[in-house]
Amino acid sequence: MWEYTDKVQEHFINPKNVGEVKGADGVGNVGSLACGDALKLTIKIDENDIITDAKFKTFGCASAIASSSVLTEMLIGMPLEEAKRITNDDIAQALGGLPKEKMHCSVMGREALEAAIADYTGAILPMAQGEVVCDCFGVTDLEIIRAVKENNLRSVEEITNFTKAGGGCGKCEDSLRSLLAKTVEDLPVSAAEPAQQKRMTTLQKIKKIEEVLEREIKPTLKKDGGNIELIDVDGDFVTVSLRGACSGCHSSQTTLKEYVEKKLREQVLDTLIVEEEK
Amino acid sequence: MQCNPDNVIYMDNNATTRVAPEVVDAMMPFLTDYYGNPSSMHTFGGQVGQAVEQARGSVADLLGADASEVVFTSCGTESDSTAILSALQTYPDKRHIVTTRVEHPAVKSLCENLDNLTGHKHRVTWLKVKADGTLDMEEYKASLSEDTAIVSVMWANNETGVIFPVEEMAKIAKERGILFHTDGVQAVGKIPMNLQETDIDFLSLSGHKLHAPKGVGVLYIAKGTPFIPFLNGGHQEHGRRGGTENVASIIGLGKACDLAAASLTDENTRVRALRDKLEQGLLSSVPKSLLNGHKENRLPNTSNISFEYVEGEAILLHMNQYNICASSGSACTSGSLEPSHVLRAMGVPFTAAHGSIRFSLSVYNTEEDVDFVLEKMPAIIENLRKMSPFWEE
Repeated sequence: MWEYTDKVQEHFINPKNVGEVKGADGVGNVGSLACGDALKLTIKIDENDIITDAKFKTFGCASAIASSSVLTEMLIGMPLEEAKRITNDDIAQALGGLPKEKMHCSVMGREALEAAIADYTGAILPMAQGEVVCDCFGVTDLEIIRAVKENNLRSVEEITNFTKAGGGCGKCEDSLRSLLAKTVEDLPVSAAEPAQQKRMTTLQKIKKIEEVLEREIKPTLKKDGGNIELIDVDGDFVTVSLRGACSGCHSSQTTLKEYVEKKLREQVLDTLIVEEEK
Repeated sequence: MQCNPDNVIYMDNNATTRVAPEVVDAMMPFLTDYYGNPSSMHTFGGQVGQAVEQARGSVADLLGADASEVVFTSCGTESDSTAILSALQTYPDKRHIVTTRVEHPAVKSLCENLDNLTGHKHRVTWLKVKADGTLDMEEYKASLSEDTAIVSVMWANNETGVIFPVEEMAKIAKERGILFHTDGVQAVGKIPMNLQETDIDFLSLSGHKLHAPKGVGVLYIAKGTPFIPFLNGGHQEHGRRGGTENVASIIGLGKACDLAAASLTDENTRVRALRDKLEQGLLSSVPKSLLNGHKENRLPNTSNISFEYVEGEAILLHMNQYNICASSGSACTSGSLEPSHVLRAMGVPFTAAHGSIRFSLSVYNTEEDVDFVLEKMPAIIENLRKMSPFWEE
C-alpha cells in the first residue's frame, strides 16, 4: 500500500479539469502505454500570455492522475512566464508530497507542461535533444542531469525514482552511475560534500585518519582523561588502541562506535570500520 | 485500523487468506496453557509433540503423503530455497537448473542469485510459456541434460491460476535421474493431489494460503530423496530442519488441512461457479476486457482480467473505495517499473498488462460479493477510461 497524502487521494478520486481544452494553444504529450503512464496536457493562452484554461488526460496510477490534476489547478490563471518556472518539486509539494518511488509522476507533469509551452512558442524541447541513456523508458542524459541537479539526487536508485531511468532491464545502470558521478562533480563543492566516495590509498587513509584523531578526537577524549592511538589500517578496517581512562572503561565500545567511528566516517571515508586492538 | 474487516469484499486469496475460525480455536490452547517444548522429556512438553505429530498427519493426508515426508518450515519461500539448495549440494557436479519464466519470486530470485549464494557458476533454463500461460512440453524435454540437478516448476501460477502438468514433468525428470521440486503454494487445498502416486521429490506449501496463519510452511520430501538441511541446528523434524517448532501455527495448519480436505469439493463446485459468474459478468459488461491464462486448465478460484487502456493501481484504489480487495500485475503496484513478469512472459501487450486485475476467491466468498463487484466494476473502468488519452469511444 502506498502512503498517499489526503491531497493525492482527493485529486485522484475527484480529479479536476479532466479532458481536452477546445482549440488548445499548446498541447503536451508525454509518456506511453508501454511505460505505464502517459499524460496529454492541453492549455489555452490569452493575448496577455496568461494561461486561461488547462485540461488533462492521464493513463496511469493514482499519483500520476493526482499530479496531472493538481498541475492544471496551478496553471489556470498563471502567467506563462511563471508557468515556465514550475518544477516537479512544485507539483509534488502542491500534493503535500509523493512517495519517493512515485516522484517520476511529478516529473511527467512538468515535462508535459514544458512540451505544451514549447508547442505554443514553437520552440524545440531542449531535453529531447539529449542522448537516450535508458532505452526502456526513453530517458535522455539531459533529463537525468537536470533531475540530479534540481533534486539533489545521490544514487542510481533515486534517479530511477525520479526519472524511471534504470527501472527496466537495468542495462544502463553503469551509465547512470557515471552520469551521476560526473554531474555531482560539476556541482558546487558545498552540495557535493555528502558524497565523498573517492578511492583512497591506504597511505592517504592513514594520513587523513591521523589528522582527524589529532585535531578532534584526541582533544575530546583527553578531557575525560583518556587517549587513543592508531595501530593499523587494513582496507576499511581501522584498528585503534584506547589509552588512559578509556582503557577498561565499560562504555569504551560506545565511544569507539558512536564517536570515533562516526567522526572518521564523516571526515575520511564512510565505509570505515573502527575496531579496538585485541 | 482504518478498514473494518466486516465491510470487506475479499477477493485477494492468492495473496493471503482469512484464518479459519476453527483454526484459531485449535491454536489457542497452544498459545496459552500448553506452551511446552515438543522436544521435552516431560509429559507437559511431550504432549505438545504429540499434537504436532497429529498435525503432520493431517498435512500428509491432504497431500496424499506419509507423515514422515512432511517437514514443517517457516514459509513457502523457505521450503523452496531448502529444496533447491539441497539438490545442488547433493549433486555438486551438476550445475544446471530448469525452471519457468513465470515462477513466484521465491524461486525466481533464488535462481537468479544462485551464483552469489553458492559461489559456483550455474546455468538456468527459463522455460517459456505460450500466450495462454501453458508450457511447451517439447521445450521442457529438450532442456534436460546430464548436468541438470533439479527441475523446479510451480504447480499452479499465482497470478493466472494456470495449472502445470507437474506430475507428467516429474515422471520425465525421474526417468533421467533428475530431482523434481514443485512450488505447490497456490495448488494445495484447491485441487486434489496424491503425491505418493507421483514422481515429485519435493513440494513446498504455505499455511497462510489455505486459511492457516502466516509464518508456517511445509516442505514435502518424498521417501528416499537425498536431502541436505538448509537450517542447521537441533534435531527437530528428524534433523531435517533445526529450530524450535512454531507449535501453534503448525497445529493451525493441521486443522486448516483437515478443513481443506473437507471443502475440496466445495472449492471446485461452488467457488468455481462464483468465479465463473464473476468472470463472465465482467468480460461481458466491460468492453475491451480480456482473460489472461488458459480458460479451463486453471485453479477454480482465480481469474486474471485485463482492462485495456487503464492502469491497475488506479483501478485497485477505486475498488478500495468500496472495500473490494484484489491485486494487479501493473508496474505501479509493485514499486518496480515493469508490469508483471508472468503476463509479459505470456506476451500480454502493454496495453493490457498494466491494466490487469487478479480476483482470487475462497470458500468464504458469497454470491452477494460477486454481485457487488459486478455492479461496481463497469463504472470504475469507464470513469478511468474517460480520463485516458488512449481511449477513443
